[in-house]
Amino acid sequence: MTEQAYNFAYLDEQTKRMIRRAILKGVAVPGCQVPFASREMPMPYGWGTGGVQVTAACLTPEDRLKVIDQGADDTTNAVSIRSFFRRTAGIAVTEATAEATLIQTRHRIPEHPLTEDQILVYQVPIPEPLRFLEPREPETRKMHSLEEYGLMHVKLYEDIARHGAIATSYDYPVKVEGRYVMDPSPIPKFDNPKLSGCPALQLFGAGREQRIYALPPYTSVVSLDFDDHPFEPGKADHDCDLCGAGDSYLDEVIIDDAGSRMFVCSDTDFCRGRRAAGHVGRLGTPAGAAA
Amino acid sequence: MANPLTAETLGGGFDDAPVQSARAFRAALDAMARPGRIHVIAGARPPAPLSVAAGTLLLTLADGTTPVHLAGDIDCDALRGWITFHTAAPLVPAEAAVFAVGRWADLTPARRFAIGTPEYPDRAATLIVEMPVLQAEGPVLTGPGIRDRARLTLPDPEAFRANHALFPLGFDTFLTCGNRVAGLPRSTRVEDF
Amino acid sequence: MYVAVKGGERAIENAHALLAEDRRGDTGVAELSVAQIREQLRLAVNRVMAEGSLFDPDLAALAIKQARGDLIEAVFLIRAYRTTLPRFGSSRPVDTGTMACSRRISATFKDAPGGQVLGPTFDYTHRLLDFRLAAEGQALPRPATADPVAGPVPHITSFLNREGLIETDRPGDDLPPDLTREPMELPAPRALRLQAITRGDEGFILSLAYSTQRGYGRTHAFVGELRIGTVAVEMDIPELGFAVEIGEVELTECETVNQFTGSKTEPPQFTRGYGLVFGQTERKAIAMSLVDRALRWKELGEDDTGAPAQDEEFVLMHADNVQATGFLEHIKLPHYVDFQAETELVRKLRAEGAARRQEAAE
Repeated sequence: MTEQAYNFAYLDEQTKRMIRRAILKGVAVPGCQVPFASREMPMPYGWGTGGVQVTAACLTPEDRLKVIDQGADDTTNAVSIRSFFRRTAGIAVTEATAEATLIQTRHRIPEHPLTEDQILVYQVPIPEPLRFLEPREPETRKMHSLEEYGLMHVKLYEDIARHGAIATSYDYPVKVEGRYVMDPSPIPKFDNPKLSGCPALQLFGAGREQRIYALPPYTSVVSLDFDDHPFEPGKADHDCDLCGAGDSYLDEVIIDDAGSRMFVCSDTDFCRGRRAAGHVGRLGTPAGAAA
Repeated sequence: MANPLTAETLGGGFDDAPVQSARAFRAALDAMARPGRIHVIAGARPPAPLSVAAGTLLLTLADGTTPVHLAGDIDCDALRGWITFHTAAPLVPAEAAVFAVGRWADLTPARRFAIGTPEYPDRAATLIVEMPVLQAEGPVLTGPGIRDRARLTLPDPEAFRANHALFPLGFDTFLTCGNRVAGLPRSTRVEDF
Repeated sequence: MYVAVKGGERAIENAHALLAEDRRGDTGVAELSVAQIREQLRLAVNRVMAEGSLFDPDLAALAIKQARGDLIEAVFLIRAYRTTLPRFGSSRPVDTGTMACSRRISATFKDAPGGQVLGPTFDYTHRLLDFRLAAEGQALPRPATADPVAGPVPHITSFLNREGLIETDRPGDDLPPDLTREPMELPAPRALRLQAITRGDEGFILSLAYSTQRGYGRTHAFVGELRIGTVAVEMDIPELGFAVEIGEVELTECETVNQFTGSKTEPPQFTRGYGLVFGQTERKAIAMSLVDRALRWKELGEDDTGAPAQDEEFVLMHADNVQATGFLEHIKLPHYVDFQAETELVRKLRAEGAARRQEAAE
């Protein structure tokens, strides 16, 4: 079957309208999870169906789409989603963060600061920040309505009592505009500060769990913490071995059978850009030199 | 009352719905995400007196699952027929509306509209207010989507202040004029001066 | 020199090519046709139609072929196709009282008007491998003599109803919610629960039903009636002002009669569990009716014993195998960013713990 057998950006117009209405309500109530009638997509639940539906509802033919997974454009699922939209929407794609108008992501926020002309769409597995404390949806919904977040603070405090620190390193809960506690999707807590005051619109889609939520630009987002145990974004205590960046989130890569390691930027576009600009890390080679 | 299937009723829709509605939605989304910014939104050619912007919003967002309330002179045969033909949205009183369209004077009292429930704040109406003028001047707006502050022509600042006081409940608003649209979600604070 | 792993489109294309090759298997063996699957693997086709929520034996057979016999993958293919189809309207509720039954049995009565019809069943086969089937080109089976029982065939439970011994099922006025068009909202009305169970995973529903028989939410079920056959599907055509038959579907319907001693709110009487599934799928239909009955504890004023089959949210949120398999299998996608964050945290906690122990020792 040819791509022409499907509508622009795959979804039918009625489905897009339903998703668009949910996105608008999500934008109007930042951090609040809006139910939507998620459709079965031609990729499995848990593989970005929520993000894909939000992206499909937002795309215009003029968009330039970037898709990343773990910060990288070339991970297989990112490649697969990017090619899905290139085929079904015929839009331009890019790997350069600065050139993209819409970025779909799993598990990272790009290092390059986002702008007012961009939308960042997150793939979300479990949208409910209270879910692992209270498995029942009617209960967690009531907690949000009453702004009853004591359970979350108890959990974080128990961490401190047991470990001396909050033992959550990713998927770290945040409070939006002083009202809703929100799950930022499983980004490392290193990325949490980028959520707040971001010039770009941030949209979150959870397909299997049928929820959409949003952070409008310049929304205040605070990572939960305590006065005596303030939030700390963490990363490996190294510089990137390829580009030398000291302020980017790093992947740890095992490079030989003896278990030697190197640390490289998780954001592949960011690292490539720095190397092209002449930055060289401990194990890198200068740009232009033969590898 | 049967609506005659006139050229006016049948015409004025999107020529290329997937693409035109995508562009219109992005304008509406950016308007709602950045209160105070005015965007061009077009594609629909509704019968008078509905504006191009309001007509385009309806074609983009309304369908058989979203009851629509038409207020004042918008509630005329030509527009009832046009909206029914193009969107299949049921036409309803204010209390049952998912979308409501009209001039502000015809939409008041605004407390008739759904403001959502504590468990489901999203189940709130969206008002599409037809404005005689729409400019980035007037009351000062702050809140999510606004970096420092914005200004926007508002029909009745006090009503929007009262609506914001209900947050996270409350209705959300598009202001339309000709082919231009601005958004005013319930999260926006309308400052006092 | 380290080079980042390039997933790349070529790797994906190669995987697809290998998949196609594996699907075909040994090219010395004749290719399986969709019609062969439809006709000769009919119970697999039925399961895919039931859990895919789409009655189309040809498409289900195609999905089974494409999925290499992985029925959950076939269900997924059908669901993803189904969701793209335009909706022209809703049918009228089917009337199973008019079913042309190819099979109809009751465990609660020796005989009943309309008769017991064994039909095509494994029930009394001896489970001995039939090596004659391994030989190809054998003679056609001897034709069976029984014709379907022409409808209408009264429901067995209606005889109990005359004495008031069984609860009365009243038709609801409300339009049932549509699971595929609206997000699941809990608590769910029975109509929504039944939708979720009928498309739920057969294995999951079977195990839940079995658990009620072993005492986890026991409901003392008898199969009041199990019937399999075809019913007409009718649709109201507004322009015509009357309903038109648009086709027929094969269904399995199971009504259980459950012993019930009464509760604070209900008198002693038999109660019902209900199962209705596409195709000849009687294991699923029986299981469905047991789970349905177990979920009705609140309405009947029974005790919540904490059994899994009584827990609506647990049952409904975990019955769908397309959701379950997607989320289960997604953990094979890269998670190295989060793993790295965890690694750093464990290192930090270990270092701090070691420092504290050192301090204590000094």
